[in-house]
Amino acid sequence: MNARTIAWVVGIAALIALPFVYRQPYHLHILVLILIWSFAYTSWSIMGRFGLVSLGHGGFMGVGAYVTALLWNHLGVSPWIGIPLSMVCAGLLAVIVAYPCFRYRITGHYFVLVTLALSGIVLQVITATRDYTGGSLGYTPNRTKGSQLLALQFDDKTTWYLIALFVWVVGLLIWQWVDRSMSRYAMEAISDDEDAAAAAGVNVTFEKLKITIISALMTALAGALYCQYQMFISPDTVSGIAVSLQMVFAVIVGGVYVSFGPTVGAIITILLAEFLRIWFGTKAVGWDNLVYGVLLVLFIIFLPKGILGSVMDRFKTQPGKKPVAS
Amino acid sequence: MQGFLDIFDIYLLEAVVNGILLGGVLALLALGLNLIFGVIDVTWICYAELVMIGMYGMYYLVQFYGLPYWAAAPLTILLVALLGAALHYIVIAPLLTAPPINQLLATGGVLFILQSFATVAFGIDFRNLGIRLPVLALGEMHFSYSRLLSFAAALIGMVSVYFFMTRTYTGTAIRAISQDRQIMSLMGVDTKRIYLVTSALGGALAGLAACLLVLQYDVHPFVGLSFGPITFLICVLGGLGNFVGGFIAAFVFAEIISLGGLFSDLEWGYVLAFAFFIVMMFIRPAGLFARRS
Repeated sequence: MNARTIAWVVGIAALIALPFVYRQPYHLHILVLILIWSFAYTSWSIMGRFGLVSLGHGGFMGVGAYVTALLWNHLGVSPWIGIPLSMVCAGLLAVIVAYPCFRYRITGHYFVLVTLALSGIVLQVITATRDYTGGSLGYTPNRTKGSQLLALQFDDKTTWYLIALFVWVVGLLIWQWVDRSMSRYAMEAISDDEDAAAAAGVNVTFEKLKITIISALMTALAGALYCQYQMFISPDTVSGIAVSLQMVFAVIVGGVYVSFGPTVGAIITILLAEFLRIWFGTKAVGWDNLVYGVLLVLFIIFLPKGILGSVMDRFKTQPGKKPVAS
Repeated sequence: MQGFLDIFDIYLLEAVVNGILLGGVLALLALGLNLIFGVIDVTWICYAELVMIGMYGMYYLVQFYGLPYWAAAPLTILLVALLGAALHYIVIAPLLTAPPINQLLATGGVLFILQSFATVAFGIDFRNLGIRLPVLALGEMHFSYSRLLSFAAALIGMVSVYFFMTRTYTGTAIRAISQDRQIMSLMGVDTKRIYLVTSALGGALAGLAACLLVLQYDVHPFVGLSFGPITFLICVLGGLGNFVGGFIAAFVFAEIISLGGLFSDLEWGYVLAFAFFIVMMFIRPAGLFARRS
């Protein structure tokens, strides 16, 4: 075993052991949120790192959360079936929107605007079907009595912490898998020059679609988990442009090109939000986003590689990496 | 939003006419965004939020300082124009050589800033001007004067931009830059100044739209989200930077929203518009009026 593997094993063992040693509920709650959002941000960065900047991930997340909750409340379908179904829905949505984009070479600004519209529209649909989804007032999955495995509802934070930890690790593994796959080289070639990549035998549409679907499925899972954990969702917290931008922001702050970048971004943004909430109290409405916005602008101007990315660059120079998202 | 919902009556013709009236304002918004994109090659994600700030400007000038509407409107237009210029100077100018996506995300950050600034400074209450214009009755149909006025003002705004672009030196320079970015500095045109003028002009158009929208809709910090996405769809469908395409696409979308809303809620109008947009992307991916190369 090399040092890297040992570090991984020790790190994960320590994270698993944590809730059994340390039981402060508020801190565990923050940790669970960080893990779930880290997973969501990781799924965004899987396509974001190749220049496929999507502002539609708020839409995928909303689909994941709402389909799961609606199936449970209206049809009594267990989240164990509902979550995969919601992921399929998000995947289909991704194909419907992304296929024409990729097939007809809609890139750059156009792609961002199309995906931006997607998250806006998912928000509108949720609001429009207010008879079923509760509209902008939000929605609560029916509670079971106590913890139930079948309903994926648990009262204690420790269980949720372990679930979130597991999903987060899976997210990182997928990131690593993509990082080491042939797709990565194909995607990097595409993000440099689509025509050249196509001439070199890369199936541009297929490769892009594959990455997008992986990313959309993971984001939907994150949305469903968030719903099951918080037991309350509203269009503003799981879908829409604000959530999409929040993902982009966190990933940019943490760093797009490193596997832990999105996690660092999640830690920073969530701690920042909690800190501001405690600092300003209930009159803090809006302050956290104000700080987010200012930081996002500053980061893009002065530190486009993100905190972790920039720190890691100090230690090693990786050849062949582009300095900023393109 | 309430005013937005009021327009949908049971009469088809009324919906059609209202769609045209809505299209005027949407076309104005699309024109501003297209102008910025065509000249500076940047998409202002926060464009609708500039409109929101302008609507608050109108609200405070009219309700708080007691100015009459016609006096408050030029001030608001000036305010948003300055805001547009500031946005360019502070955020976009340092990023001009950065990848386009970074510029776009930076304006996304500005969207956050403007929205939360409005939340912090003005609160989340819905506010309106308290001006109720009379309703024009044409036989069985009813059209509010605020809509007619908006449509007329939007048209006047667009025509003046057209004359500015074709009849003045600055306008000619702006059009030239959108055709060839590199060569213009060789021709002795101060690119930086033109960019700033364009941003101010884009801001002024947002300000004008704000003056018109505030007559019809209540203002709140998130009002930009209700017409921001549709503006982007219009610009993409018309072809980014294509003024005529954006103009026509605005009316197509306004009709879809208006007629879709006739049969169901307004949100379904949006959903229909989006479905239409996806279909169009398969048929005309580079916009309605893409030149065949």
